[in-house]
Amino acid sequence: MFTIIDLVQPNNLDEAYQILSDKRNNTILGGCAFLKMGKKRINTGVDLTNLKLSYIQERDNFIEIGAMTSLRELETHPLLKEYYNGVLPQSVRDIIGVQFRNGVTVGASVYSKYGFSDLITALLCLDTEVELFKAGRMPLADFLTMPKAKDILVRLWIKKTLRQAIYLSFRSSASDYSVLNVAVSKLDNHWTIAVGARPSKAAIAVSASAMLSQEVLTLEEIEEIAQKASEELSFGTNQRGTATYRKALCKALVKRGIMEVLPCKSN
Amino acid sequence: MQIELTINEKAVKWEVAFDELLADTLRSHGFLSIKTACDTSCCGLCTVWIDGKSRLSCSILSLQAHGKKITTIEGLPKEAEEFAQILSAEGAEQCGFCSPGFIMSVLAMKNELVNPSEEEIIHYLTGNLCRCTGYMGQLRAIKTFLGVA
Amino acid sequence: MKSVGHSIRKIDGMAIATGKPVYTEDLAMDNALVVKILRSPHAYAKIRSIDLSKAESLEGVECILTYKDVPNVRFTLAGQSYPEPSPYDRLILDQIVRYVGDEVAIIAAVDEKTAQLAMKRIKVEYEVMEPVLDFEQAIGHSSIVHPEEDLSCNFEIGLNKEKNIASSYHEEVGDVEEELKRCAVVVEDVYYPQAQAHTMMETYRAFSYLDHTGRLIVVSSTQVPFHIRRQLARALQIPASKIRVIKPRIGGGFGGKQTGAGDVFAALVTLKTGKPALIIYDRKETFTCTTSRHAMRLRVKLGADQDGIIRAIDMQVLSDTGAYGEHAPTVLGCVGHYTLPLYNKTRAVRFDGHAVYTNKMPAGAFRGYGATQGTFALESIVNKLAERLKLDPTEIRLKNISKVGETFLTGQGVMLGSTSLDQCIVRGKELIGWDEKFPRREVGPNKVRAVGMAITMQGSGIANIGTASAEIRLNDDGNFTLLTGATDMGTGCDTILSQMAAEILEIPMEIIIVNAGDTDTSPYDPGSYASSTTYVAGTAVVKAAEELKSKILAQSAAFLGVSREDVELNGLAVRTLSGDQEISFAKLAELTILGTGKLQLVGYATHGSEVSPPPYVAGFAEVEVDRETGKVDLIDYVAVIDCGTVINPNLARIQAEGGIAQGIGMALYEQVRYDELGKMATNTFMQYKIPTRKDVGKVRIEFEVSYEPTGPFGAKSIGEVVANTPPPAISHAIYNAVGVRENHLPITPEKVFLGMQK
Repeated sequence: MFTIIDLVQPNNLDEAYQILSDKRNNTILGGCAFLKMGKKRINTGVDLTNLKLSYIQERDNFIEIGAMTSLRELETHPLLKEYYNGVLPQSVRDIIGVQFRNGVTVGASVYSKYGFSDLITALLCLDTEVELFKAGRMPLADFLTMPKAKDILVRLWIKKTLRQAIYLSFRSSASDYSVLNVAVSKLDNHWTIAVGARPSKAAIAVSASAMLSQEVLTLEEIEEIAQKASEELSFGTNQRGTATYRKALCKALVKRGIMEVLPCKSN
Repeated sequence: MQIELTINEKAVKWEVAFDELLADTLRSHGFLSIKTACDTSCCGLCTVWIDGKSRLSCSILSLQAHGKKITTIEGLPKEAEEFAQILSAEGAEQCGFCSPGFIMSVLAMKNELVNPSEEEIIHYLTGNLCRCTGYMGQLRAIKTFLGVA
Repeated sequence: MKSVGHSIRKIDGMAIATGKPVYTEDLAMDNALVVKILRSPHAYAKIRSIDLSKAESLEGVECILTYKDVPNVRFTLAGQSYPEPSPYDRLILDQIVRYVGDEVAIIAAVDEKTAQLAMKRIKVEYEVMEPVLDFEQAIGHSSIVHPEEDLSCNFEIGLNKEKNIASSYHEEVGDVEEELKRCAVVVEDVYYPQAQAHTMMETYRAFSYLDHTGRLIVVSSTQVPFHIRRQLARALQIPASKIRVIKPRIGGGFGGKQTGAGDVFAALVTLKTGKPALIIYDRKETFTCTTSRHAMRLRVKLGADQDGIIRAIDMQVLSDTGAYGEHAPTVLGCVGHYTLPLYNKTRAVRFDGHAVYTNKMPAGAFRGYGATQGTFALESIVNKLAERLKLDPTEIRLKNISKVGETFLTGQGVMLGSTSLDQCIVRGKELIGWDEKFPRREVGPNKVRAVGMAITMQGSGIANIGTASAEIRLNDDGNFTLLTGATDMGTGCDTILSQMAAEILEIPMEIIIVNAGDTDTSPYDPGSYASSTTYVAGTAVVKAAEELKSKILAQSAAFLGVSREDVELNGLAVRTLSGDQEISFAKLAELTILGTGKLQLVGYATHGSEVSPPPYVAGFAEVEVDRETGKVDLIDYVAVIDCGTVINPNLARIQAEGGIAQGIGMALYEQVRYDELGKMATNTFMQYKIPTRKDVGKVRIEFEVSYEPTGPFGAKSIGEVVANTPPPAISHAIYNAVGVRENHLPITPEKVFLGMQK
């Protein structure tokens, strides 16, 4: 059972950060869905409800997503259905159920860097930046490899491009965690392959992504690239699958991802 | 700490602990339709509406409901009864323990989706588990309720 | 018929569907003490010392009880008719803990937080012992799970505690070895159906208090109120007459609630403190500290002649009963009882089985009760035989199944009274499109679809053991009260039983009050299990209603001054055949009950059956398998059912669909798993995945009605038989799709994938 001794709803980020830094076991509260499953003893819970961070906004060059935006909003927002071949809505739609996604926030999902995350994998194949209150703005990939420090994830910035992407997850049953998930995107001839739930956190298959930058791809070439992706990334074993199986899934899903993105028009 | 919220159209002031979850607060105030069954935010039994959207009342602090509008099945007697009539005519409530949360999801779906396909219905309700019925009877009831094929 | 055969809404349907406060927790008093259990972190250990001082001193802690505070009498939590076949192998709290989660101390406090805090402050020292975790290593293991001298059985069940054997069962007719030698074809294989969790939505819970006469009242979410009363009397060492068990609405059971869980702990707290006490198992406790389906190993050998006539069946079973032997002997026996009679052209059958103790959560009753495991093995091997003989799997069944009037080798001469299994097979074949789809079709790159099938049987009640009583009264206002001990757990028996009473009495159901599931007021009923309620309790209700009807007619005739033969029921009245005189039920009630009458009309019956007629199912699965990933999608599942007369078609259909879904879960998704130290790894719905509505595909049910001469209105059971076909049928379909024969359930994508690599 988790416990909270005090709870505050600050009106600005400075205040929120101040309280967060006060004590080691002060914590930002997201939707609380994951928090409540743990046994955390929280001194002061910082609830960001009053900071008006629940929004999806179209800017000139970016799509801006506030940290308190729910996964369900991500799933249903017209802008995100339109952009990137709808990869973000696609990535979150199989997470438990609507009432869960209505509560879980984008900020908590990304900040926690969960290995099983569906959303991080999809964001990773886009040009996503993370804005932290203290550490500032940085590419998602950098954020993922950065050591954990106390900070507040404020919003995401996703570059507005014609990037076309596809998200594929493999689940043993429909609302289970992914055994493996894959996102593949293409802008002109620049491809990105991201693989998550390995079961460690998502990473980009850099070499395989680079190999994709050719005009015409034969089935053999695609299979070779998928094979490459499964070789350059590491996989582990947990309750949901062995490393060997994940590697095989990686190959199958990357191949399918590439083949599904290929016909999408990005210009 | 005291919170103010609207529960089924009625304004209330409740004293709650910092780590109290809404599902427990609601039950302690007599909203006994709220059932919980998983402890891990994934069964859907405790579904209520917060500002019109379906939420897991087991996974939100009561304090976070401050200033919000909460709806439980007790607050929707007419709509709930209309669907429950169809559901129970189908026999698809069986043990009934998951029904209130399920009905709250079905009614939220009715408000949100226009003429949903079978696939959309199933997708919308995936977060509501049921161990008795195998789900087929629930689907038949929903189709009757929504007047879709 | 006006009531029977109609899809009547459940009489409690609207209340439970709309969240009215009618379940155990809803009814508990606010001031009840919260009861929590400190549980063993070790799979096998002896308690050296327990220090309660820091916990007991906490304000709000009412009592903390350890093994030193409980009666020293062993009992069983299995809810079975007396004398229970399950061994008396547990104490309320024991100095030896036998699995991770076994009870160490009972804590009662004014609220949850205080109880939790107190639990943390209890210091226990354990002497950790080597656990028995692998059930295949249990016999002859150096550790003995039950070393105690006072373990006992009501009768011989083949218990051999030195060898960790809780129960043994052997049955043999004819000479199997000799018969197998004569067979043209012999197939054999080994099957491993897994432990499965019931996962009813309402977890285990009970509350207790003392009434105005000092009696112990236990309100429990149970399938077996009368058995719980007897169990509490023995465990607590108080007379059963001092205990009343009440069953309110129940949020699902599936056999799980045929085994006691928290009742005894709440009751003990109430006895010790005199105060009301409430225990609610959380989901983790429900997963880890109650019961599951028995995991088993089944070696099956089947011999047939060249035409596919099955001549010999040999079944060797090892069943994992876990730390305690609840339902160990009976589930083991039912593996054979509900499979061997399916095919009765046999000349020899042999069943040999052991249920073994291990240091894991106990197994218990679970819908199907051994038949599910046995069906998986037998039907899988029959499918293998069909392939060997190049016979269509449906044809080999039609050649071998039992027909009306036939007997079977292990059946002691009992003749089969009803079956439409042959029609079930034929109809199911049509519905699934067997002839076009068997065995497989390519449907795209790397995607293949295939079909598979299986048949199954169960019983209807327990012959010569299960008896139910029912009483129907004509009340003073002309309405009726049906009193029954049958235990509606959402399945609808309160409704079905009143449908039957209404049919006999020719009255509308609305004027029948159902009073059920209270050991103080209900006539005896064993409870809802063994597929017995419709068949056994139903017959008791029919008999009671007929007796009351007869009394109503006789008394009315007397009042009308005519002979008994000259009157008939007419709506809510009795009239003369000529139609010129009539007496309403209300008037009859007034005349018999009020004032001068002095004879309230009551019908009463106790019924037990000498037979347990089998319901049947033919199940057909169509799957799509992804060759690159091993993913199996269930496309279509058809079950055609013979449950005799269908009393309430909609309720029967829901029972069937739900049972099939549980079977699908067992085939593809669900498994109780432990880590290397014996700690359960699947203790939440995040780790133990029951099917969601996206996982079950399309399930289609049809009924092929038969008429069971010994059943009420020709009915047999339906509750359990429906759970059995999916594992073998789906496994068969997967084999037909990609050639992978996976005998370890569940058949996960990874297993299919690895199978394809071989």
